[in-house]
Amino acid sequence: MSGKQTQTQLEQTANTVRTDIISMLEAAGSGHSAGPLGLADIFTALYFRIMKLRPEEPEWDGRDLFFLSNGHCVPVQYAVMANRGYFDKKELMTLRQLGSRLQGHPERTKLPGLENTSGPLGSGLSQAAGVAYTLQYIDNNPQRWVYAVTGDGELDEGNIWEAAMFAGKYKLSQLTVFIDRNNIQIDGTTEDVMPLEDLAGKWRSFGWHVQEIDGHNMASIIDAADMAKAITTRPSVIIAHTVPGKGVDFMEYDYHWHGAPPNHEQAKKALTELRTLRGKITHEGEGV
Amino acid sequence: MSDYTLNPHYASDDVSREPTRAGFGRGLKTAGEADERVVALCADLTESTQMHHFRDVFPSRFVEIGVAEQNLVTVASGMARVGKIPFTSSYAAFSPGRNWEQIRTTICLNEQPVKVVGSHAGVSVGPDGATHQMLEDIALMRVLPHMVVVNPGDAIEAEKATRAMARDDKNPGYLRLAREKTPIFSTEQSPFEIGPAYVLHAGDDVTIASTGPMTAQALIAAKQLREQYNINAEVVHVPTIKPLDVDTIVASVGKTGRIVTVEEAQAAAGFGGLIAETLADHLPAPQLRIGMDDRFGESGSPDELLTHFGFDAEAIAGRVRTFIDKRPQYKKGF
Repeated sequence: MSGKQTQTQLEQTANTVRTDIISMLEAAGSGHSAGPLGLADIFTALYFRIMKLRPEEPEWDGRDLFFLSNGHCVPVQYAVMANRGYFDKKELMTLRQLGSRLQGHPERTKLPGLENTSGPLGSGLSQAAGVAYTLQYIDNNPQRWVYAVTGDGELDEGNIWEAAMFAGKYKLSQLTVFIDRNNIQIDGTTEDVMPLEDLAGKWRSFGWHVQEIDGHNMASIIDAADMAKAITTRPSVIIAHTVPGKGVDFMEYDYHWHGAPPNHEQAKKALTELRTLRGKITHEGEGV
Repeated sequence: MSDYTLNPHYASDDVSREPTRAGFGRGLKTAGEADERVVALCADLTESTQMHHFRDVFPSRFVEIGVAEQNLVTVASGMARVGKIPFTSSYAAFSPGRNWEQIRTTICLNEQPVKVVGSHAGVSVGPDGATHQMLEDIALMRVLPHMVVVNPGDAIEAEKATRAMARDDKNPGYLRLAREKTPIFSTEQSPFEIGPAYVLHAGDDVTIASTGPMTAQALIAAKQLREQYNINAEVVHVPTIKPLDVDTIVASVGKTGRIVTVEEAQAAAGFGGLIAETLADHLPAPQLRIGMDDRFGESGSPDELLTHFGFDAEAIAGRVRTFIDKRPQYKKGF
């Protein structure tokens, strides 16, 4: 698929990505379902519209850099990268297998195109900030942009707020962060486990430009990223409200799907839902 | 005999003294002049860790992080991703004491050439007390894949070690430094590379392998043993703890049949533990580990503490004598 897609094409791509996620997780037999499904629209927008990149030349020195901070959501990144042409989609089925480049949590040295290694939470934002600092103050290169995605449960980590303070102090304006605000973490809802609100107020007080969007509305995602690039005096955070398990009825809003994969029957049901847009259409697309 | 050039005054009371961190400060500035990829980050201890020499010359390549050691090493990891060779500094008790997981994941597993510089290691930190006397850092760092661990013996060697680590744009590194002035036993002409251990004084009766500024005490202890007790100890200085120069250690123990290890750190899992593991694989031999014996330090003057915990030359010499009285040389039949 080409780099620039229309909004409708992007939405279709995100749907394909969701079917890939279900198939990968079923084949792997372990892994996280809810977060990756919820992030499919944001990742599709990033890799197919927002970021400058060359899938055939992952180390291209003009590329924008992307840091996944909540590494357990990497199935969505693998699926989007494969759809974007970084590697053959067949390789998606090797997720979490011995010898695979698609590790259970992302490892930079295993797969070209990954900028970092993550899994233990809270450190990806700092790495993105380190790149943004370098571009802005040492290399004086305003052409490249740095993106990061964090979870919301991940915001319990102190390392996140160290990075938030750092980026605020240095006004790292080439840094845009998407927070996957899906309100769940392993032990329950975020507001039960460790309340995050007033989340927007917290980031504002750290010196960030804050936007809140519907993380499943393709136009909103793209507009927010454009707005972030227009803010030249501060780092930008986009609090993207998402539905965990988005697109699969029995997974949506249920925190039990945070760290679980679908079994064969569940995957079949999920794929049918995704391919028929919940029964709205009868066409059954080809599987991966 | 050894061909290592020792400072001829190493055993004198008026030997010149300087802290290893001072050598680091000079070395980092020189490394910055040699390679513009070298950048420096500090967690609110810039003068203490001697990074101000670099900061004053290269202000745009110095990053003040504040008191945030987790952010210190992870920001550095990001900078390395776009081609920099970052040196991060704090007290060893805080970095790598507090941020070990970030070092593991974002630097070692992520294979970025970030250098973690831990200053004020050991009990010789003095009156600040046990919280600030880092003793577990060698164990924490040497167990990490890809990590290079260097513990220089004096300020001259620390300067050379810093420059050598800056030339390595592939591997992560840990550089252990001390707060206090310690004797200069090497010279500008003495060899230093990352990797080799150096036989400073040849001997047949026992190997004394030491790391860091403890080597100055080990040399004096060996001199006392030689002159007062006719015990000829071979002194092996081990500035690079990882990768360990196995050949030099094994060759020495093959000659002497027994070994005493000396470090200003926990003897368990640290340098002494490393030598025990290595000899178990290659040449099992009687060993005495001189180090902290599974306890913490406490407040006091540096000299008082070194004596109190048995790290001065007299204590080392005494323990070596007791050891060789009790443990015969195992020269054959390994």
